[in-house]
Amino acid sequence: MSAISEIKIEGAALAARHRVRRSPLTWVRGGGLSTLLFLLPLLVVFGAFSWYPIARSVVMSLQHTNLVTAPTWVGLGNFSAVIHDPLLPIAVKNTAYFALLALIFGYPIPLIAAVLMSEVRRGRGLFSALVYLPVVIPPVVAVLLWKTFYDGGSVGVFNTMLGWVHLGPYPWLQSQSWAMPSLVLESTWANAGATVIIYLAALTAVNTELYEAAAVDGATLWQKVWRVTLPQLRGVLLVTMILQIIGTAQVFLEPYLFTSGGPANSTLTVLLLIFDYAFGNSLGGDYGKATALSLMLAVFLALFSLAYLRATRSWSDE
Amino acid sequence: MKSIRLAAGVAVAGLLAVCATTAALGSATKSVTISVASLIPGSTPAAIQQFNAQVAQFERKNPSIKIKPVEYQWTAPTFAAKLAANTLPTVFEVPFTDARTLGDNGQLADLTAGAKALPYFSKYNKTVLAEGTDSKGRVVALPKGAYAQALHYNRKLFAQAGLDPNKPPTTWAQVAKDALAISQKTGKAGYVEMGKDDNTAGWILTTVVYTLGGRMEKGTGKDAVATVDNPQTVAALNMLHHMRWVDNSMGSNFDYGWSDINQAFAAGNVGMYVSGSDVYTNLVQASKIDPSVYGLAALPLAKNKKAGVLGGGTLVSVKPTANAAEKAASLKWIDFYYEAPLVSKGRAVANAKTLTANAQPVGVPALPLFNKAQYDLANSWIKPYINVPIRQMKPFLTDVFNQQLIPEPAASTQSVYHALNAPVEAVLTDRNANIPALLKQANQAAQQAISTGS
Repeated sequence: MSAISEIKIEGAALAARHRVRRSPLTWVRGGGLSTLLFLLPLLVVFGAFSWYPIARSVVMSLQHTNLVTAPTWVGLGNFSAVIHDPLLPIAVKNTAYFALLALIFGYPIPLIAAVLMSEVRRGRGLFSALVYLPVVIPPVVAVLLWKTFYDGGSVGVFNTMLGWVHLGPYPWLQSQSWAMPSLVLESTWANAGATVIIYLAALTAVNTELYEAAAVDGATLWQKVWRVTLPQLRGVLLVTMILQIIGTAQVFLEPYLFTSGGPANSTLTVLLLIFDYAFGNSLGGDYGKATALSLMLAVFLALFSLAYLRATRSWSDE
Repeated sequence: MKSIRLAAGVAVAGLLAVCATTAALGSATKSVTISVASLIPGSTPAAIQQFNAQVAQFERKNPSIKIKPVEYQWTAPTFAAKLAANTLPTVFEVPFTDARTLGDNGQLADLTAGAKALPYFSKYNKTVLAEGTDSKGRVVALPKGAYAQALHYNRKLFAQAGLDPNKPPTTWAQVAKDALAISQKTGKAGYVEMGKDDNTAGWILTTVVYTLGGRMEKGTGKDAVATVDNPQTVAALNMLHHMRWVDNSMGSNFDYGWSDINQAFAAGNVGMYVSGSDVYTNLVQASKIDPSVYGLAALPLAKNKKAGVLGGGTLVSVKPTANAAEKAASLKWIDFYYEAPLVSKGRAVANAKTLTANAQPVGVPALPLFNKAQYDLANSWIKPYINVPIRQMKPFLTDVFNQQLIPEPAASTQSVYHALNAPVEAVLTDRNANIPALLKQANQAAQQAISTGS
């Protein structure tokens, strides 16, 4: 046995003795009680509003319950029913489509807006306020507003404007192929502001000497963005991307308020399906199936996030 | 010693007597507060005022009961959520389709004893009362109103399109023809149907299928067989497809729900639509319709022995957690507000006076909750106060009592409607919708719902 190993063993033994000897009094004197007291409100709040509902969901996913009469245990029956539901693949496909469209359109737009705004020397505050304004508008109000914009008749706001250039009228929400892109358009408008502010904050942290060096080397604006800005923002970009994917996988508000999942299930998303299981039937709903699908979604997103973080670890560590 | 025991005994007995008397007096004067469903959100101030006037009358008559009105509109998702969260008002309304199952599930209070004590209980139409009686024979809900589906039409648009407002269509072919004329000559939607995913699309499709002689299921309970892919449903959807894609007479909005379609109609943007015969109240209370444009007709029936008109209605119930005092107070309110105006001349007249004083509709066509004679008698009591455009409702009132009334599908009603939403939406939004394939899929979904009792 080497000297180092002996030292390690001795250290461990000492630590064990120390642990054994530690009395409640020494724990209190060492600040344990005050730590616990400070932690307690947080534990209570998280326990009541996060951990208990999660544990309750796991239990409910194994039950058949209407939340009024006594529940009955059904084992994995709810999971089996969800997997065999013909609406599940439709909902998964629609959710993936929404996420893809949001990624194509909704992801680069805030970045472009932030980069352009960072180049503006005067009135940046005004631009920031204008960009952030949609985030301040209550989502339900925003959707109701956009519903009038999307009116399928020639008197709809968008159709009237397009009519000036002899286009349309288009069935924004009244067509199975148009409905989802219409939802993504509103969602991008409503949510881009918050991401722009994050990017703007991140851009202020980029060392200006890098831009000055690039300018000395004769770099164009595009080259500055590609060679300096994007590499400097990659950490933030990775986080916003995973947040956006998680957010879009849980899209509910837009399909619920705009189309209720229609026309003909073309905007039925996974979360809307969960809602339908729970509240679609006035006779009490199937809360077991709803929680089963919720858990399936949560597990999928956790695994996806893990895989994403592993896959992008090397890039973010560069 | 004996005298001490006797004195102690007398003292204890006296004390108990005092306590008992105090308790009795206390219970006699103890007030109880119940929350009750009032009007739908967005009702006009005048409508709210008349409701509050009714509450004041009730509280004067029952000083120990306090009424707390709560805005209420039955929709499938909000009802299920409120039911699960126990946030429904003490007294609330449910459609005919739900009460029995909710009663069987223990989700409604047992009103049997109190209901049977009502003087007019034995006079209820047995079929209507059965909608609020669970499988164990317990009365869990009392009828509020019954309706027959009807064709609502805009007389002004009819006139502008060169049609006779006094001669509404009597066949579906005429509906399509008139709708085309309205859309071409006025630019408004000639005929629209509810097409929302909240089960209203399936409800109206079922209505049209009934008029053609079709049925959505056979049998009862979990053994019922779904038949939504019947030839009449195919015909109904083909008719819709023709009006939407060939005639283009249905306007540009195809996702109307119950409230939206009423608003669009009251705003003068819709020529014709199908809904319950009692919708006029909502058109006044929530959408301020101009009464002069309103027209009501019976639904066109195919020349088919099975063709009939879908009838439904609303019941009023009490939440299962109500205690005995709340239940008793709730029954008094149900008697006062919902039932007595139909059977008591005094209450009928008082109710009509309150409504007219607040410019609210009196005399909206409905179906009898008791029998036709009682219905006519109640209408004769309030005749001086009738303020709805009754002449414009004549086409409906003339025909409806000769039509065969068919109840909504009995097994898994809302789920069957839910399964039918997608075919209606597909036909309205996809020119190439494959109707037989859509109905085959809907039939599978409906059958699954029926078999699992969901």
